[in-house]
Amino acid sequence: MRSDRTPQFLLAMLAVVLVGGYFLPLWAQFLLTIALAKGLVVLGLLPLMRTGLVSFGQALYYCLGAYAGGALGLQFGITDLFLMMLAGGVSAGVLAALLGFLLAKYRGIFFGLLSLALSMILYGLLVKTESLGSTDGFNVEQFTLFGVRPDQPMVRYSMLVAAAVVCTGAALALHRYLGTPLGLMAPAIRDNEIRVEYMGGSARYAIHVIYIIGATLAGAAGALVAAAVGHIDPEMAYWTQSGEFVFIAILAGTGSVIAPFLGAVIFGVIHSFAFDFSPNTWQMVLGTALLLIIVFLPSGLWSLFGRRFKANEG
Amino acid sequence: MAEARNNLILEATGLNKSFGAVTAAKDINIAVERDSFVGLIGTNGAGKTTFINMVTGYLKPDTGNIVYDGRDITALQPRDITRLGICRSFQIPQLYNSLNVFENMMVGLAVVLHNAGRGGFFSSGEPIVPGRDKPLRAVAEEILASFDLTSYRSRSAQVLPGGVRKLLDIALTMVAAPKILLLDEPTSGVSSEEKFGIMEMVMKVVKDAGATVLFVEHDMEVVSRFAQRVIAFADGQVICDAPPEVALVDPDVLRFVVGSQRA
Repeated sequence: MRSDRTPQFLLAMLAVVLVGGYFLPLWAQFLLTIALAKGLVVLGLLPLMRTGLVSFGQALYYCLGAYAGGALGLQFGITDLFLMMLAGGVSAGVLAALLGFLLAKYRGIFFGLLSLALSMILYGLLVKTESLGSTDGFNVEQFTLFGVRPDQPMVRYSMLVAAAVVCTGAALALHRYLGTPLGLMAPAIRDNEIRVEYMGGSARYAIHVIYIIGATLAGAAGALVAAAVGHIDPEMAYWTQSGEFVFIAILAGTGSVIAPFLGAVIFGVIHSFAFDFSPNTWQMVLGTALLLIIVFLPSGLWSLFGRRFKANEG
Repeated sequence: MAEARNNLILEATGLNKSFGAVTAAKDINIAVERDSFVGLIGTNGAGKTTFINMVTGYLKPDTGNIVYDGRDITALQPRDITRLGICRSFQIPQLYNSLNVFENMMVGLAVVLHNAGRGGFFSSGEPIVPGRDKPLRAVAEEILASFDLTSYRSRSAQVLPGGVRKLLDIALTMVAAPKILLLDEPTSGVSSEEKFGIMEMVMKVVKDAGATVLFVEHDMEVVSRFAQRVIAFADGQVICDAPPEVALVDPDVLRFVVGSQRA
């Protein structure tokens, strides 16, 4: 990791998105923003997957973050995008801190299904809550940035800029986190939890912290999507949404903090084009893509690039 | 005699443990002096591993207590006992198989750093490993070198030869700078030519680190050559506790332990 160029690469990508994004058509700016938001959720799944755990319920925090961000505008008239994301991240993080006491005890399929069940409880609650629009959800007012309301041709570009800056910041922070003792322990927990305990480490504590980090990022991403789409509904908590995040995570691989964003963009492209070419069988195209990845690139798309980033290691 | 008592690092008194009708430990009294090298012998099921499991907190004795360095550790969790300085290795090496040898050491040291509250998100520079006062990577390299594992550093733990796996397992117990090291059959599954080499290396590292060692061993040649003192178990009881030259010719030991040894 001495020759680690991840931070430089992330900053270069940010520059490319900021400059290149300006010239993209509006629909592409929008799709890229959504892809970055989904990448942010998957970024939060990455350390969890390094511990060997897969959450099939990340949509819980994604949806909660969206509602928390949207509620700011609804209740207090606050429409600042960064404050919305902060509200989304904090509310998701607080809930994860509580649920983590339960979830950090479970491993494997039990962890996955329990997290799925919790997300479906939120879905059920939202569907029954008429003050939040029940199954229809509610509309989110147009966002502002530091008190400025972007004008029409620039709305989507300013959204993209905000998303790219937040995602880059989160990726840099998580990259640093993965190098801390707690971050280094993640693959050890996956490989041999008993040994970790016998060396004086607490797998439960590490998983709890990692779970909170993942939820916080998912919550912030949910608020970002709420602002980008301008509408929120309970479908954001539905289990298929969680499945999509896991899909992207497997597509991308857990080798680098860059991978989730790469995976999310590629997922967005496949999704859009598959939907365009064959509106009725687009799931088949996605399924085939995942099958090919699992068979030929078991460590995800990132394994195509990973070597360049580990040049001096070993 | 009073002086000798002060020199005790571990004192187990009146340990009893049964699993249903099976008595795994019956009135075990063992006192271990600082810096000693103690061999635990006995047939399978004699109670050696039960004793180790009780000392490391994995099993709680039904009665009796265990005092480590003047502190009662009987009720503590394995993790807390490890943090106090009692570490164990395993009969079947417990490694991080998806990582390479160097990464195994880094992960082990990460646990130590985390427990010491060092190397956190907001700290800058390479963290200094407590007890060794050197940076993380240097310590990892140093421990690997002390076990002669440097040439394997980039090899995946999964594909290491048996003897190397054993050494790496023991090397992993050294990251926390233990005061007591419990080695569960350090030479099992290792060819007879390699056994003495492994034990010599372990002895040297442990002496340099100033740790006390209790090791479970089935090979009486290894026991007679390396143990300063032998504790023989049979049916959950200690049947002999003496220097190897006495213990290995003791009639009870010959009958219950050595006699049933595979050649």
